[in-house]
Amino acid sequence: MELQEKLISSFMVMENLGKVDLDSSIHDIRTKAMASFEKEGFPTKKDEEWKYTSLKSVLNHDYSVFPKEESDIEFKDVKKYFLHEIESYKVVFVDGIYSSYLSETTHDGFDICLMSSVLKKPQYQLVLDNYFNKIAQNNNSLTDLNTAFTIEGAYIHIGKNKILPKPIQIVNFYTGGEKDILLQPRNLIIVGENSHVEIIERHQSLSNNTVLTNAVTEVFAGKRAIVDYYKIQNDRENASLIDSTFVQQKESSIASVNTFSFGGKLTRNNVEFFHEGERIESHINGISILDKKQHVDNHTLMHHKSPNCESFELYKGIYDDASTGVFNGKVIVNREAQKTNAFQQNNNILIGDKATINSKPQLEIFADDVKCSHGCTIGQLDESALFYMQSRGIPTKEAKALLLYAFGNEVVEKIKIPELKTRITKLIANKLNVKLGFDM
Amino acid sequence: MSKYTEDDLREELATQEYEYGFYTDIESDTFPKGLNEDIVRAISKKKNEPEWMTEWRLEAFRIWEGMKEPDWANVNYPKPDFQNIAYYSAPKSVDPNKTLDDVDPDLIAMYKKLGISTDEQKKMNNVAMDIVVDSVSVATTFKATLAEKGILFMPISEAIQQHPDLVKKYMGTVVPKTDNFYAALNSAVFTDGSFCYIPKGVKCPMELSTYFRINEGGTGQFERTLLIADEGSYVSYLEGCTAPSRDENQLHAAVVELIAMDDAEIKYSTVQNWYPGDKNGKGGVFNFVTKRGICHDSSKISWTQVETGSAVTWKYPSCILKGDNSVGEFYSIAVTNNYQQADTGTKMIHLGKNSKSTIISKGISAGKSQNSYRGLVQIGSRAENARNFSQCDSLLMGNKCGAHTFPYIESKNKSAKIEHEATTSKIGEDQLFYCNQRGIETEKAIALIVNGFSKDVLNKLPMEFAVEAQKLLEISLEGSVG
Repeated sequence: MELQEKLISSFMVMENLGKVDLDSSIHDIRTKAMASFEKEGFPTKKDEEWKYTSLKSVLNHDYSVFPKEESDIEFKDVKKYFLHEIESYKVVFVDGIYSSYLSETTHDGFDICLMSSVLKKPQYQLVLDNYFNKIAQNNNSLTDLNTAFTIEGAYIHIGKNKILPKPIQIVNFYTGGEKDILLQPRNLIIVGENSHVEIIERHQSLSNNTVLTNAVTEVFAGKRAIVDYYKIQNDRENASLIDSTFVQQKESSIASVNTFSFGGKLTRNNVEFFHEGERIESHINGISILDKKQHVDNHTLMHHKSPNCESFELYKGIYDDASTGVFNGKVIVNREAQKTNAFQQNNNILIGDKATINSKPQLEIFADDVKCSHGCTIGQLDESALFYMQSRGIPTKEAKALLLYAFGNEVVEKIKIPELKTRITKLIANKLNVKLGFDM
Repeated sequence: MSKYTEDDLREELATQEYEYGFYTDIESDTFPKGLNEDIVRAISKKKNEPEWMTEWRLEAFRIWEGMKEPDWANVNYPKPDFQNIAYYSAPKSVDPNKTLDDVDPDLIAMYKKLGISTDEQKKMNNVAMDIVVDSVSVATTFKATLAEKGILFMPISEAIQQHPDLVKKYMGTVVPKTDNFYAALNSAVFTDGSFCYIPKGVKCPMELSTYFRINEGGTGQFERTLLIADEGSYVSYLEGCTAPSRDENQLHAAVVELIAMDDAEIKYSTVQNWYPGDKNGKGGVFNFVTKRGICHDSSKISWTQVETGSAVTWKYPSCILKGDNSVGEFYSIAVTNNYQQADTGTKMIHLGKNSKSTIISKGISAGKSQNSYRGLVQIGSRAENARNFSQCDSLLMGNKCGAHTFPYIESKNKSAKIEHEATTSKIGEDQLFYCNQRGIETEKAIALIVNGFSKDVLNKLPMEFAVEAQKLLEISLEGSVG
């Protein structure tokens, strides 16, 4: 059975078996989203937004759609996937089901808890009405699919004037208990005025079975709020991820989304920013280091709707073997958004003989008093720099790795959590298959 | 003296009338409107074409019938009704034996009005002109000088008669009939255009030039240019276009094919100043052009264009860098005003080793216009050491216009180096202040800045055209260019 048909019938099963509350207000949203998905289907390469990424090989599996019972995993087995050097709040899901044993949630002063309880408990009705699926509607059929199957995910609601003492980790494990599984976590993050939050997100498969994750996250940053979002993507070879993050910012807020893609079979990142107020600052950063037949597609949209805002976008890519990288950065500046300063940069290094990079930095500008620029480069390592190091006794492999590390360092430097910075540096060294000769 | 501000400039831009909007009353021999196989056959017959050419057209027509109009470009316009266009229109006074002196005085007057009097060109500028008025070449000059060198420069309809081998061999090889909707349409109904062949090792002693002009109301212009530079030759080709004011939108769907054999160099310059429509966006020319060149080993094709006219422009002069060490260049200024829309750019397809390409694109948008750059740089897996540099800058005047960039960059080779940069800005208040401070009036300062902004491209135009291009920039953005 085609996956699309299976999803449609699964949706009906979900409704009939009473897995979800049919009277709740989000039932309407679900039904609409499902109808929209039914109409649009999965995107193909004919869609301009999916020109360089084919989902064929990923969709060609008989995925099971609903998570079964919770599987047991020991903390010691998965400790390495957490940023365990520091204290943190944790929201952990195993095969799509909340694991209370591995998690550390709170309701003390602010909510760090579960999407499922928000969907069920009436006191959250107002939150759902005001925030749920408000910015994720973008005519993207995969986002609609996620909306239709919203069951579980992280729910983070920080009120006014709170600086979180420690970062929040959202980790999704997949144990491989079932052969092929489709996971659709849905996160909702609301940060109030003047509050400050750091979030680290990771999807991790623990077996070599096929998994496809279609995740959607909505982030609302209030006035003067500071939100930093880090995404670590270092999954196994059979794990694919379609991750959509939507960020809405109010006046004078600062938000960043940082994506580190090192693993997985196919990864598609949609990062979309919408400005609702003046003097907003937005950052989108990313590094992709790929080899074998990996494919990473970074798709970003920076939509400037109000005056005096700034955005900075920096994506770096290193592509070995037959890996493929895609970058599509779109900046839209509305007529009202005067004095906008939008900056976008995409640098790529091709190392592999069969590696491919497709880059499409795109500007759509309707205001005149703006400074917008984008730059894109594709190149190789500097031969003379390599020779310089080799002539001083550094072996080729290490010399190359050092240069590549330096290339990506601009993005690593932007990480505000020191322990995370160290962790990412280690992951990069690991991926480049060298020990970089300095302390990390 | 009152202060000249950007608002004044905007005001001037809005009221700027199309200077060349006059209509020459020449009796035309026009076909009935509509398009079907009979019309295609009739065009072919009118041109007295051989059988293979008629078949070629019919095949293109059948392909066209099965195609859909593209709508991916960032432009909005009422789709032309292809059955409401007359596909053939020739001035009746044409006589193939006529020399330049016998040309219809009305026509001569028309060119004079445009400031391109043929006699003057002939005497002063050392430019050979093949003038195309509504699809039929009226006069061809300097033929003798060119013939001495073995250079063939003639209307394509003559070339089909006189040099069928060359036409048969090369036509449709760079832009196939199946390439796109407008190329297919052009292949079926093209009425005239230029044909040029430069023999091996010949350096063309003068700039070759053609003027196109759409004259008859309700007719489409479908010209076809085929330019072949054989091994080691060089040619610089100029193309200029103007059309009189008309209320209905006129369609222009041309095809230009360039072939640069080993070690050859082609420089192709265009100044396009067709009627852009009035300030309410009424009328104007639809310009849907397919231009492409193929570069063999160590050859070079250089496109330079100044686009100031047309209501809708859809044009991507491209280079297929097939040969090793081949070079492609694209220099463009696109100015849009009022309700003009331009979606223009280039494609650089790198297939050969050490192929190089440079793209410099400058867009200036004013009024309520939309100006887009759309470009593709593609590096094939065998294009070792391919190199590309692209720069596209946009200048916005007023907050009702838009500037867009859609660059596609695709690399399949690890030794390729590609750089792309784009900026969008307006004339900075600080820049103006700097000039004012040094005693330069605002008007002069704006002129200075716009001039400096376009300089990179203007410098690439041959002398004969640089002056005219400057003039056209003035017309489009009067007050801003000194």
